[in-house]
Amino acid sequence: METILLQLLNGLDKGSAYALIALGLTLIFGTLGVVNFAHGAIFMIGAFCAVTLSKLLNLSFETIDPEKLDFLGNPAKVKTPYVEAWFGPEFGHALIDWSVPLAILFSIPIMIAVGFAMERGLIKHFYKRPHADQILVTFGLAIVLQEIIKYFYGANPISTPAPDAFKGSFDFGAMLGFDPNMIIYPYWRLIYFGFAAVVIGAVFSFLQFTTFGMVVRAGMADRETVGLLGINIDRRFTIMFGLASAVAGVAGVMYAPILSPNYHMGMDFLVLCFVVVVVGGMGSLPGAVAAGFLLGILESFSSMNAVKSVLPGIDQIIIYVVAIVILLTRPRGLMGKKGVMED
Amino acid sequence: MFGLNKKDSSFLLIVIALTIATPILLQPFAEGSELAQFNGGYPDLMQKIAIFGIFAVGFNILFGLTGYLSFGHAAFLGIGSYAAVWMMKLLTMNVIPAILLAMLVSGLFAAAIGYVSLRRSGIYFSILTLAFAQMSYKMAYSVLTPLTNGETGLQLALDDPRILDGAVEGSSLPVTNIFGLAMNSSYKLEALGRVFTFNVGYYFCAFIAILAFYVAIRLFRSPFGMMLRAVKSNQQRMTYTGLDPKPYTLAAFVISGMYAGLAGGLLAAMDPLAGADRMLWTASGEVVIMTILGGAGTLMGPVLGAGVIKYLENIFSKINESVLHGWFHWLPDGVEDVVIWIFARFTGEGWHLTLGVTFMLVVTFLPGGLIEGLRRLSKRIKHGSQKRDKYDDPDPEHRPGPGKRVAGE
Repeated sequence: METILLQLLNGLDKGSAYALIALGLTLIFGTLGVVNFAHGAIFMIGAFCAVTLSKLLNLSFETIDPEKLDFLGNPAKVKTPYVEAWFGPEFGHALIDWSVPLAILFSIPIMIAVGFAMERGLIKHFYKRPHADQILVTFGLAIVLQEIIKYFYGANPISTPAPDAFKGSFDFGAMLGFDPNMIIYPYWRLIYFGFAAVVIGAVFSFLQFTTFGMVVRAGMADRETVGLLGINIDRRFTIMFGLASAVAGVAGVMYAPILSPNYHMGMDFLVLCFVVVVVGGMGSLPGAVAAGFLLGILESFSSMNAVKSVLPGIDQIIIYVVAIVILLTRPRGLMGKKGVMED
Repeated sequence: MFGLNKKDSSFLLIVIALTIATPILLQPFAEGSELAQFNGGYPDLMQKIAIFGIFAVGFNILFGLTGYLSFGHAAFLGIGSYAAVWMMKLLTMNVIPAILLAMLVSGLFAAAIGYVSLRRSGIYFSILTLAFAQMSYKMAYSVLTPLTNGETGLQLALDDPRILDGAVEGSSLPVTNIFGLAMNSSYKLEALGRVFTFNVGYYFCAFIAILAFYVAIRLFRSPFGMMLRAVKSNQQRMTYTGLDPKPYTLAAFVISGMYAGLAGGLLAAMDPLAGADRMLWTASGEVVIMTILGGAGTLMGPVLGAGVIKYLENIFSKINESVLHGWFHWLPDGVEDVVIWIFARFTGEGWHLTLGVTFMLVVTFLPGGLIEGLRRLSKRIKHGSQKRDKYDDPDPEHRPGPGKRVAGE
């Protein structure tokens, strides 16, 4: 029972990341009808927004402290971050410590701008082209973005810690009446799950309860008719592209403490997230979210020792196996709608 | 000749002549001159061009003719490599059985994977093949370690049985050969201030590549090839005429998987190693890029794409900042630094950036690839630069547009 609960929790954070990226992918697909292979790169850029902000906040100047000596006996140089000098040591330290959550605010405008630039600059020209061309051009774009990040940040992963307040782990076992230390779960992962739930909830309510969202949903159902009613649907879809980029971006920001960002993390996630979208059903938002969590949890269950001893290596391939089975038995995916991407 | 019409056979003869002359053609700059670094006539590169040419030609049989975009073709390349290395470990260092086994095994895998994946088309097919390839990659790393030697990669060892060859004398590993002629032996000819290297391995690869190319021409011109084109242009209409597209696409998938296996086997024959990296999805992406860059659906395009990419990859990776300094030393200092900075981003380590940018430009502006570019250029030269508008076209309404569907049902 404990192990099952623990694996369930372990699956949640990865599942949240899958769900957030897959949500953006589906959103872009449902609105613009574009298969975006560069979406993983956007997730990666988000994670590097967190890296950038923490680097910016850590920019420091050196002073010589005459009272302290370094190991050679010379007066030691002390590094003081500018923010600490400007805002006082305590507030400055808190700023640096909270760089990852702060990076969310920092990343949203950047990601929306990136999304707009991508849609207006490149993807706009590919609406009428075959899906293969869309896949290919966004694949090229993903390589370019990845290489640019690699140039600026190097090839090694950069660790970006979570705030100290969330460093520890949460003992679920003690709370639920099991033995203590049986089910421990890092706070940050818990926060990631909560954050993902909030973002997903926000996107859904935005689409469901605002006029803008209603128009977008109408456009997803029948773009031409909405256009004929005198609504500039293209502009709204561009905004949705920006929104989808922002969702993937903040997913990346918050994921930085869990997985140290490296330049190819986007592609690693993208392949899985495409599988997630297909399992959930092309063009279905709830499907993408459900499939994201489902596959995340399945992946963590299959990495249990009990399972691995029966089927060795299953944890590596479970997602693909599930995807293949679902595609063959339920071609539209779990919640796919009729008529979306049937060809 | 060999069942080809006149145009095709002269085309094939030109290709054969070019392939034989490659060690000379790729060595245009004198040894020791400033431009010698652009010479591509060394065996390793030429072998790679021939091998990836085979890979791309095979991929083109599937993608160019039927329109099914497979994003997991590198799986067959990896499987072929593993099979070939196993043959060399167990049976003999002669490359012929290794290559045959590589083709056979990858053909079997292609039949299994194709049977499942081809039940869907369009983007779903791409994702299914991608999923299968990633699955093979992950399995090669984890469960199948006894077969694949995991992260280290499969290598030859001194105590391998090698039934036909018998025990090895000495402490050095045997080299791959064809009936005793070692693959890495080469004949160097110094002439005209250049060193031309005629390598056994290259000529072996080139021979196989020409065979593979010949088979591809026959296939393109056959009724079977016509059927595959019918799958691409309109599958629904094909079904209405009473033809089942499934066996045709599956056959195309298996053939193209066997080409990939052949390429993988040849890679192992040139350098007896096999690693799971060959199956990674980036490798699948590479062959897609080669085919598109050259021109999907054309005969020569994929070979051209493979050659251009492999050549540029080797050359671009060699250009570093000091080389750039040599080129731009005549510029004023400030300007020189800026120019060198810009160029350095695209060369050396930045080769992938160049690849990505080129690929995007080709997909956006030249969907037919380099072949279409050359064709347009030759047309421009023939007809001069006279303006053409749509009224010049005898029948503007009935011109086939660019393919609208990947693989429409």
